[in-house]
Amino acid sequence: MGRQTPLFKLHQELGARMVDFGGWDMPVQYSSQIGEHHAVRRAAGVFDVSHMCVVDLTGERVRALLEHLIANDVGKLRVRGKALYSCMLEEHGGVLDDLIVYFLSESWFRLVVNAGTRDRDLAWIRRHAAAFGVEVSERADLAMLAVQGPEARAKAAQLLQPAQASAALALGTFVGCELGHWFVARTGYTGEDGFEIMMPARDAVPAWRSLNALGVASCGLGARDTLRLEAGMNLYGHDMDESTHPYESGLAWTVALEPRARAFIGRAALEAIVARGSPRKLVGLLLEDRGVLRSHQKVVVPGGGEGEITSGTFAPTLERSIALARVPAATADKVQVDIRGKLLHARVVKPPFVRNGKSLIS
Amino acid sequence: MSNVPADLRYTKSHEWLRTLADGSVEIGITDHAQHALGDLVFVEVPDAGRAVKAGEPCAVVESVKAASDVYAPLSGQVTAGNAKLTAEPETVNTQPYGEGWLMRLRPAAGALAAAELLSAADYQKLLDAEGG
Repeated sequence: MGRQTPLFKLHQELGARMVDFGGWDMPVQYSSQIGEHHAVRRAAGVFDVSHMCVVDLTGERVRALLEHLIANDVGKLRVRGKALYSCMLEEHGGVLDDLIVYFLSESWFRLVVNAGTRDRDLAWIRRHAAAFGVEVSERADLAMLAVQGPEARAKAAQLLQPAQASAALALGTFVGCELGHWFVARTGYTGEDGFEIMMPARDAVPAWRSLNALGVASCGLGARDTLRLEAGMNLYGHDMDESTHPYESGLAWTVALEPRARAFIGRAALEAIVARGSPRKLVGLLLEDRGVLRSHQKVVVPGGGEGEITSGTFAPTLERSIALARVPAATADKVQVDIRGKLLHARVVKPPFVRNGKSLIS
Repeated sequence: MSNVPADLRYTKSHEWLRTLADGSVEIGITDHAQHALGDLVFVEVPDAGRAVKAGEPCAVVESVKAASDVYAPLSGQVTAGNAKLTAEPETVNTQPYGEGWLMRLRPAAGALAAAELLSAADYQKLLDAEGG
């Protein structure tokens, strides 16, 4: 028996198949994983992401703490509510976790970190926060719903009072705001527009039922995984972890080496990697033969070298198989993948594969 | 509840068997198996002429979530793989006991008698014991 979100009983009532995910009992699918995937690409779906860990950081030196703690630069956060995606690294540059940080005020930032890394993250953050006099509060009182899809914002806005709805619909991408007891952010993990909404636990079940009544489909973690992979987004523990660094994980864009004076944890290791060049890189693969790419399959690179698939699936939007794979840096545009002893052909592509309902694959 | 037709025989690994008029057998995966796998997106069936041994992996069914082997319930020679499934793997979800059959094979001498097969009632008991 794992940990349960405030929506656990509702998931069961809705007929979800429950699985263990990072120590939590979570819905993997309700009726059809592919149907749920298409609902998000074409209309709107709602996901329970209450297992993710919301952490509030408060104190006068909270910005200074985050400048030290994460690899992206919170100096980019100047507008209240603005969010930033970043890795949190250990000293050798390995990725401890990926997270989103929201700038709420000069004395209050909010982090959302992964469920499976919750305890380690909290211990790490607390250890470093002490020197900055920053208070670290896990917000276990909050549930989180992700409402995603081209119709998601319009549907979700109907749960709000008119003035709040206007404020929510006016949010720019990657910005959030407090609306009463809710925090509504225009973020997500699907490659579609939408909101992620943090709310008091008691609000989660009525909000979910209201969304269903508005035609928003209940969606499980299965669809969430195919959507994020089509969107070219990494999954912690699969595409990167503490044994890999951002430059071999497709996450160079999240590392801010400028300004040079910012002394963040892992900086020296990353500078050394940049100086000598990363021997490996993370790429997208598109299977040209029939079959399904899966994590841990071996990638064979023409001219020598091997890599490994870190995430693979059948992509419902593309109706073919896609993957993320860690391969030698010199890998060009063609590779082969060993599937049950057969070498199948795959094309190397730059993720994302799908964005806003449309294939980006030529 | 899973559908378990009374006129078929079953394996513990969730394949079903139908004896055809010409003495060959048709093999597929059960309703319980297709439901557990979820939406199928890829099916690989054996080519006609291939000799298979009882217990040997002879087909692969892949859902969005995972790949699973299908085992030959008995030894014999494949007379047909269901080519329709190449383009329409979801047929296994919608008609697991009909159009979604995987392969047909001609049993080796004595193979049918030697195979460890379950009646519909015994297969239902297995499902009940597994909580399915």
